[in-house]
Amino acid sequence: MHIVVCVKQVPDTKIIKINPKTNTLDRRSAPAILNPYDAHAVQEAVKIREKTGGTISVLSMGPPQAVAVIKKSVEIGADQGYLISDRAFAGADTLATSYALAKALEKISRQQPIDLVLCGKHAIDGDTGQVGPGIARRLDIPPITNVIEVSEVNKEDKKVLLKRKQIDGYEVLQSQLPCLLTVEKEINAIEYAPMPNMIKAARYEPVIWSVNDLADVDKTQLGLKGSPTIVGKMFSPPKLEGGKRLEGNPDSQVEQLMEILLERKDLLKVNTANS
Amino acid sequence: MSEKFDVIVVGAGPAGTSCAFNCAKNGLKTLLIERGEYPGSKNVMGGVLYRKQMEDIIPEFWKEAPLERPVVEQRFWMMDKESVVQFGYKGLEWAEEPYNNFTVLRAQFDQWFAKKAVDQGALLINETVVTECIVENGKVVGVRTDRPDGEVFADVVVLADGVNSLLSKQLGFHREFRPDEVALTVMEVINLPKEKINDRFNLEGNHGTTIEIFGDSTQGNLGTAFLYTNKESLNIGVGTTLSSMIKAKLKPYELLDYLKKHPMVRPYLEGGESAEYLAHLIPEGGFHSVPRVAGNGVLVVGDAAQLVNAIHREGSNMAMASGQMAAEAIVEAQKDGDFSERSLNRYKEALFGSFIIKDLEKYKDAAHTFETYPQYFKEYLPMMNKAMSKFFTVDGTSKREKQKEIMRSVTAEKGSFKVMQDIYRAWKAVK
Repeated sequence: MHIVVCVKQVPDTKIIKINPKTNTLDRRSAPAILNPYDAHAVQEAVKIREKTGGTISVLSMGPPQAVAVIKKSVEIGADQGYLISDRAFAGADTLATSYALAKALEKISRQQPIDLVLCGKHAIDGDTGQVGPGIARRLDIPPITNVIEVSEVNKEDKKVLLKRKQIDGYEVLQSQLPCLLTVEKEINAIEYAPMPNMIKAARYEPVIWSVNDLADVDKTQLGLKGSPTIVGKMFSPPKLEGGKRLEGNPDSQVEQLMEILLERKDLLKVNTANS
Repeated sequence: MSEKFDVIVVGAGPAGTSCAFNCAKNGLKTLLIERGEYPGSKNVMGGVLYRKQMEDIIPEFWKEAPLERPVVEQRFWMMDKESVVQFGYKGLEWAEEPYNNFTVLRAQFDQWFAKKAVDQGALLINETVVTECIVENGKVVGVRTDRPDGEVFADVVVLADGVNSLLSKQLGFHREFRPDEVALTVMEVINLPKEKINDRFNLEGNHGTTIEIFGDSTQGNLGTAFLYTNKESLNIGVGTTLSSMIKAKLKPYELLDYLKKHPMVRPYLEGGESAEYLAHLIPEGGFHSVPRVAGNGVLVVGDAAQLVNAIHREGSNMAMASGQMAAEAIVEAQKDGDFSERSLNRYKEALFGSFIIKDLEKYKDAAHTFETYPQYFKEYLPMMNKAMSKFFTVDGTSKREKQKEIMRSVTAEKGSFKVMQDIYRAWKAVK
């Protein structure tokens, strides 16, 4: 069983500040961490390996300092890691990122065939959740998002039994292997890493690939050139003031809201002053 | 079987990192274990880094280390409620290589220093607490951490686990420290634009100032306060011995609040934005509190060995020097393959022969004297302020008459014998 987990280094968004003048993220204001959802993906890979045996590889794209998240993944229990790092990848949106990662996954699978790809639900800096499914589409394997439980992995039949989060409850489904899963936080609790993992990680030096190390790459699909997304504007939303918070289940919240709206018709008037 | 190292260093502060750096540099297989998220995340000091001992480890470190400002001016304030007597020195020779000392922010500096040790080949592991030393046949052979499969072994374990040093206490190297042997210091980092700092402290470019404040800064209790300039922030803090705090029923945050609102201090902080709040114990017991520093397979360095000179606010430099001395002793012990206490006592000999223990010995009774006789901070400092006020106020009285009046008021309050006695006692404590 060969599991590959895609991980990303992100600024800790609990701490990061937005420069009010330029409206860009002040990356110096926050430490860089392993995307929390990805940490759960690595932890899930460790849990699967306990049952099936095999190898866990992690893959990341980023600047050279992103080796830190691969080392962090080794702490959690990954066996090895690859970083693709090149100026050609810089400025990539989710489309170009999934292209580059898919190319790296192809290379990894030529060395050792991949049975399962795991990703976090989304990165906390972009919140798009598009890279995972993007990779799956390019590798032509099924993407299964919002996974909250990997119930069973059958190596022989090449099948996996999963639970997927839904708005009300969950969905049980079976998929062929290989496939790609994106995981929610509730899938597991990150375990306190054992000391031998810590020592291994402190010593570990990941394989670093530049664009020339990958085969059959269409360079126009990489980095800024390969990214049709344009960020129009970034701003911190103004803090909401006043108002009242409605509590209770969704039905009772709707009832409460209707009552308020029927009582205060002035709230329904279109505010033309700003338009 | 768990992995075995040549050396395990517990704690990535200045002492531990210095030791790990020098061990790794000499080819020893070194493991450095830090409990914080990263080195520096839990470390606190007022903010002065001395050039000499750092330079002994990394020559010309100022060219790459994350430093705030080279200190070109050191001021001392004897403060009363609405006045202050000042003296100090400013010299531009301190603004040039090789410099005298620097202000630093520890969260950044310690990370950089630890990275240097890693570059030398030390393995750094964060977020891991060492719970105890593993002792076999009366010899320390490794450490137990709070992680699963958490045992790691080594020929020598270096305890750089800070002021409380629970690990050396477990080994019976020291008793629980008394409240008069430790100071509790609280400090804030206050963000302020560079231009404002330079204007208010009369500084040019990246030059820095340090101010040590005695007297009303601790409401007359044994301790000091400080105000240091960083690039774009100020470090302000205050500490007193824990025993003074208990006796006077002081709350540390109230003390800091009092200082920040003090009319002599307030104008410097005006408009600043509080960025960080930190607190830490400082070992101030001095010479008498230094514990056993070497045992079979184990050494104690830095704050854990209580190596702080409170009078001269030196600590991190002593920590670094002690870490380096420990590393040198380990390298020698390795050559002999002998890690017994007798062999590792090379470290103790080096320590006691160095400026560290000599300085601590010089001031060995100072803290006790000033704690037992509170009149220095409580009475003489206000008297000094009144005397200066009287002397410099132009009111038609002749200067000679003023001098007489000042002397009269001092001796009238205390009696000339008592004053002489106090002066002699203070001189004896710091001579």
